[in-house]
Amino acid sequence: MADRTDIPPAPPSRLARLRDSDLWYSFRAHPSAVFAAILLLLLTLGALLAPWITPQNPYDLAALELWNSEIPPLWDAQGQWPFLLGTDVQGRDIYSAILYGSRISLVIGFASVMLALAVGLSLGLIAGYFGGWVDNVIMRVGDVLLSMPFILIAILISAVATAALPPDLKSALAAPILIVAIAVPSWVQYARTVRASAMVERKKEYVQAARLIRVKPWRIMLHHILPNTLTPIMVAATLNFGLAILSEATLSFLGVGMPPDQPSLGTLIRIGNQYLFSGLWWIVVFPAIQLCLIVLSVNMIGDWLRDALNPKLN
Amino acid sequence: MIAFLLKRTANAAFVMLAVAFLAFLIFRSFGDPVEMMVNEQATQAERAELRERLGLNDGFLTQYIRFVTNAVQGDFGISYRNQQDVMVLIAERLPATFELVLVATVISLVVGIPLGVFTAVHRNSRLADALQLTSIVGVSLPSFVVGILLILAFSVTLGWLPAFGRGETVDIGWWSTGLLTPSGRAALVLPAISLATFQITLVMRLVRAEMLETLRTDYVKFARARGVPRARVHWIHALRNCLMPVITLTGMQIGNLIAFALVTETVFQWPGMGLLFIQAVTFVDIPVMAAYLMLVSFIFVVLNTIVDVTYAWVDPRLRDDTAAAGGANG
Amino acid sequence: MTLRHYLFATAAVSALALPAQAQNILDWGANRDIGSLDPYSFGDSFTINVLNHVYEGLVRYDRDLTIEPALATSWEILDDQVTWRFTLREGVTFHNGNAFTAEDVQASLTRVSHETSPLKGNLPAYVSSEVVDDYTIDITLNGTYPLLLNDLTNIHIFDRDWLVENNAELPTDIGAGVEGYATYNANGTGPFFVESRQPEAQTVFTVNPDWWDEPQHNLDGFVLRPVTSPATRVAALLSGEIDFTNDAPVQDLPRLAAAPTVNVLEGVDLRTVMIGFPFRETLASGAPNPFADRAVREAMYKAIDLNLIHERIMRGKSRVAGAVVAPPIPGYSEDLDTIPEYDLDGAKALLEEAGVSEGLSFEFNCLSDGLVNEEQFCQAIASMWSRLGLAPQLDVAPRAVQSPKRTGGQTDVYTLGWATLPMLDSYSPLIQIFHSKEGNSGVFNWGDWSYPELDALVQAAGQELDLETRLQLQNDAMRIIKDEHIMIPLHQQPMAWAVTTSVSEMPLFPDNKPRLWFARMGSDG
Repeated sequence: MADRTDIPPAPPSRLARLRDSDLWYSFRAHPSAVFAAILLLLLTLGALLAPWITPQNPYDLAALELWNSEIPPLWDAQGQWPFLLGTDVQGRDIYSAILYGSRISLVIGFASVMLALAVGLSLGLIAGYFGGWVDNVIMRVGDVLLSMPFILIAILISAVATAALPPDLKSALAAPILIVAIAVPSWVQYARTVRASAMVERKKEYVQAARLIRVKPWRIMLHHILPNTLTPIMVAATLNFGLAILSEATLSFLGVGMPPDQPSLGTLIRIGNQYLFSGLWWIVVFPAIQLCLIVLSVNMIGDWLRDALNPKLN
Repeated sequence: MIAFLLKRTANAAFVMLAVAFLAFLIFRSFGDPVEMMVNEQATQAERAELRERLGLNDGFLTQYIRFVTNAVQGDFGISYRNQQDVMVLIAERLPATFELVLVATVISLVVGIPLGVFTAVHRNSRLADALQLTSIVGVSLPSFVVGILLILAFSVTLGWLPAFGRGETVDIGWWSTGLLTPSGRAALVLPAISLATFQITLVMRLVRAEMLETLRTDYVKFARARGVPRARVHWIHALRNCLMPVITLTGMQIGNLIAFALVTETVFQWPGMGLLFIQAVTFVDIPVMAAYLMLVSFIFVVLNTIVDVTYAWVDPRLRDDTAAAGGANG
Repeated sequence: MTLRHYLFATAAVSALALPAQAQNILDWGANRDIGSLDPYSFGDSFTINVLNHVYEGLVRYDRDLTIEPALATSWEILDDQVTWRFTLREGVTFHNGNAFTAEDVQASLTRVSHETSPLKGNLPAYVSSEVVDDYTIDITLNGTYPLLLNDLTNIHIFDRDWLVENNAELPTDIGAGVEGYATYNANGTGPFFVESRQPEAQTVFTVNPDWWDEPQHNLDGFVLRPVTSPATRVAALLSGEIDFTNDAPVQDLPRLAAAPTVNVLEGVDLRTVMIGFPFRETLASGAPNPFADRAVREAMYKAIDLNLIHERIMRGKSRVAGAVVAPPIPGYSEDLDTIPEYDLDGAKALLEEAGVSEGLSFEFNCLSDGLVNEEQFCQAIASMWSRLGLAPQLDVAPRAVQSPKRTGGQTDVYTLGWATLPMLDSYSPLIQIFHSKEGNSGVFNWGDWSYPELDALVQAAGQELDLETRLQLQNDAMRIIKDEHIMIPLHQQPMAWAVTTSVSEMPLFPDNKPRLWFARMGSDG
């Protein structure tokens, strides 16, 4: 569910440096934000360093040994080194799978937000600055996308793209497909915010003046209009990062996301869900905890950012 | 006003036409309906003949026009899998999804509004901070994880509530309801809570934000100065001012809840439209997928248009074009 | 206020409609729904199995899966060797009260063999039928054919008048956009009739008090509920929401068995799980295809640790198989049921000798909604082949997505499970899978192989009325399959049903088909 109502209106523009220092002060004053930032940092580090701090590459089929299947976590009497958090039914080390899976989740979340930002900001600027039919076309496309629920668009794109691809590409393109599937329904939000601000700014005297002395349009957009909208965009992007990770997990859980041979956290939960009642709780519980921790830390930072940048709530 | 109304309606119609185009485009390229429908032993000639009869050899535009014409009349064809009229299938499932969404919405309001008011009024208390933090946890828990945990706790371990299905239902005309039987109500509890989790935090945060603003207004300050009791000011005067945005949010979120119910319905095997859709995806049952996409989008567009028109009716200044475009920002 | 009254009145009425005393209603949680109420509209074993509670054939399988009379009481082959004369049971009525006669049999045979019928392949030898009198009918075939009775067990008999009245004499025709009346209405002669149906939610069956046979069950009815998620099925069974499932997840059997309210019924299914190879010039990717080489197939076979899969993935519940049919199937012989030793180095040497390059990439096509733990054993096999130095591209998707690729030859290595249903004879896989693709033969020959010697044996068996000779011919054909490793048998898959303690009797059949007319509930059974 897209939390689209939450974009605060653009605050009056202030000196960037002052805002930064305010932000830093506010950050230090909120222990929950500091905690979330440290948590996210640790989780990200773990994901980035996965190949060096895990005993197994869970994506290398030849590394999985069926003999090692269904080993419980280490603290259990049947636990076995080096399988810290146990193994799944294929002999895949859960600890390794979680770190590699977090990597996928974070990368897909981050890339889809970046893609949506890039598309949304450029289209929004163009629409707001030029107006006329360009504006009309872009915003109508946006209207159509917003008239379908977020999750539905993502499911359709992912399912259709996956079904259309040959298997050897399917595996390689699974992540890019998900990135696009999640980015497509989310760029409109940024485009609308930027467009509104661009429409206001372009009527202002300095823009008119700049136009008169033939400053190139893209220069005006990038240097004058864009900076004015960055605050609400930044908050929205942070919150959407959490949402994108959740969306990826949901798609994978429904079986239209990452394939089982390169599992993301959602895929691990989907697989583990089948063994929930078999006593193999560790297959589902650890990935679920990791997923919740990632999203929670992102959302806590986003939440703090929104409060800190929205003067109305202070 | 009438001009505005016409304009919004035309806009909605255009959007629906575009959605229909997307639906059509996607489903044309997804799987092969003929392979789905024929017996595995059918010969190439039989397949070709079926292809011809289904009109799959016609031109692209012809097929699209036929698709839209039929869709307007509520005809989405026959489900490849069930061999039953798609609209009949969906109509049978509609009550289940609607009741789930309705109950989830009620839960989100009944829980979310008081929490929102509380956290706004006592905004520096520890309890409010804790609730605020919990609400972040609420939006961070994937709803399928919530569902799995609820089943594990209340169905498997405690055995209090059913883990799947709708329980016993009663037919009132074509509407089948689970609200009138004990087993139907029991079956509704876990799915509704799981679906409402996200919505509760949404309502709570909106009420909190609106309350904080209202509490700062002179109107509330005057009321306090006049000696109206604090609780009365908070819960009656201030809250009344926040209700409009809450109603708007709830209205607009219904479309999202219907769509998101497909995750809940998958976890709880709830026999609603979402489960039908997910099963249709599995079986490449294209007519069902098309009909579901169109129906949910239709509900979405209608709700958005109603909200826009209502706003414009209440506040005539919004009838100008730019504001209307912004107003659809759900 | 009035609306409220109305609502409560409705609720009260429906409450009254239910008998006050607890009845023996069995809640059946299946892993999927039936496709239709029309047994001819969907060529699918499960649908036909469920509808067998409502509709019956001329003959049926008894508790030991031998054929016994049902709607026909006796039969004989006439002198021309191609006409079979059936004597029908008298005094049988359909659920709507109509009497059962030879006319009904003829209308049904016409309907099922109609060219638009998805089930016409289930009655391949049928040519025509002639009503002799009310209770005698002659069925003419296209040649001598030993397996007519096996086929007829699954050809359900409709009421002719009911078909005519409701314009349903022809099978459902999706292409014309017309729904068949029989798709959501049913009228058979069986032990239960359909009370109501909501696709994907529930179908309610009620006992038929006028059934012609002496009921061995004590049910008042049963409700079929599709519960597709295995975990939910287990939860529902443990909480008592369902009384029976015909698909208990293998990994949850210990937990189910430990629960005081649940009994697990385990057995080995007749379904043999196999891996097939492409014999075409090129792979789906366009690269040259090495699998037509017998040595390569042998290497792939040796690289699979069958016992490990049996032990881990199938949890010791499967039966490791060397033959393409299970032991109870006529034509099975023990000497064909051997497996090679797991030998990775030997396999590597074979590959090297055959000139297969390291890192050969090919598609491995599996179903996500197919065999027992299919996704898991496919992953395990892919991992074993990876250790062999190959690069299998695992492609797991629902049947609906995979079927076109498989039948169209657009994939490479694939899985296939074959239970010989409804024929229960080794002739079934021979003609349908291993025979060259010609006409109605080799429909499941997805790898496009052709062994003329094998074809000749199968064709001879198809016209041989003497059982001994026929089974010998079929055995010889299966020896070619074994020697050539045309397909690799993995195992007969486990079959696990589970019932709550409210069910006192539920016979488990090796064809994995529940037959609730043998089920009993309560302590009186």
